Amino acid sequence: MPAPTPAPSPSTRLAFWRGALASAPFVIVVGPFALLFGVVATEAGLDLLQVFLFSASIFAGASQFAALQLMQDQAPVLIILATSLAVNLRMVMYSVAMAPHLGAAPLGTRMLMAYFLVDQSFAASQTEFERHPDLSMPEKVAFFFGSVVPVASLWFVASMLGAVLGAAIPPSYALDFAVPITFLAISAPMLRSVPHVVAAFTSIVVALLCAGLPYGTGLMVAAVVAMSAGAGTEVLLERRGQRHGR
Amino acid sequence: MGVDPTLFWTIVPLLGIGTYLIRFSFLGMLGNRPLPLPLLRALRYTAVGILPGLVAPAVLWPPATGGELDAPRLAAACVTLAVGIATKSVIGAILAGGTTLYLMLWLV
Repeated sequence: MPAPTPAPSPSTRLAFWRGALASAPFVIVVGPFALLFGVVATEAGLDLLQVFLFSASIFAGASQFAALQLMQDQAPVLIILATSLAVNLRMVMYSVAMAPHLGAAPLGTRMLMAYFLVDQSFAASQTEFERHPDLSMPEKVAFFFGSVVPVASLWFVASMLGAVLGAAIPPSYALDFAVPITFLAISAPMLRSVPHVVAAFTSIVVALLCAGLPYGTGLMVAAVVAMSAGAGTEVLLERRGQRHGR
Repeated sequence: MGVDPTLFWTIVPLLGIGTYLIRFSFLGMLGNRPLPLPLLRALRYTAVGILPGLVAPAVLWPPATGGELDAPRLAAACVTLAVGIATKSVIGAILAGGTTLYLMLWLV
């Protein structure tokens, strides 16, 4: 990764390495996750090049699994796109949160940063920028790129490794259930507040009730109802909190 | 259950561009414009509103068994969820769920 400023000062260089260090623990999650994607995608019939392009162009695990699942179900293009993009909509929040810190960087730098704005680089940078608001813009940019390095490099390497591994695993090993297990595993830690639990529960109930609707439209209905239920619960809880003078 | 090549080459570029634009949106173009609160609120529940609904039918009616409720898969799903909630560890939950699935498939 080239340093984002023409002549990186020692403090910028230091920020870069601090960023790399801050996101290093995420490697434990990203590696196996990318490996699993490679295996599952290969089992679904994709070749090495396809797995690479998949991981490189989208670079967002949960939506890749979702798109893969829906492509196997032969869902219509619009439904696949809407569902997978909706999974990534949380990144609008990341983009909003990073804008005050990194928005003054040159356009080219911002274009590159946007590509690397993933769960982990966001989490590491957000924590750092909140803790040290006095960092200069080049330092913040350097920190961001530093936090990208361990995660991104491992994401690509492990996806490819998984694809090679997947080609060696016979298709009869019940890998059909790898995707559901992965989604449940990603969802479980998200249940960190009452509104999140309400949203997840609503999503399940509505998706099951609407399972008969054609072309995966049931999932879209479930998603909209579940998001509204989560947001509604949040508003209700806030109002109640205010009334009790919390 | 393969993936149709035409479908693949349609979805991947479009999804790549769409995802990139989502990431670029405020960082790249919209700057410090504040988002309306109801929208921010709804965004918080996008992932958690979609992923559970995506798996629920596959857990109860797995395509691999022709849609028949299947004890190993149901048990694996429950274990994954329980371990995920208890430990907050994605990888721990995947490993626990996978182990349950293969143990049950081997036993039954």
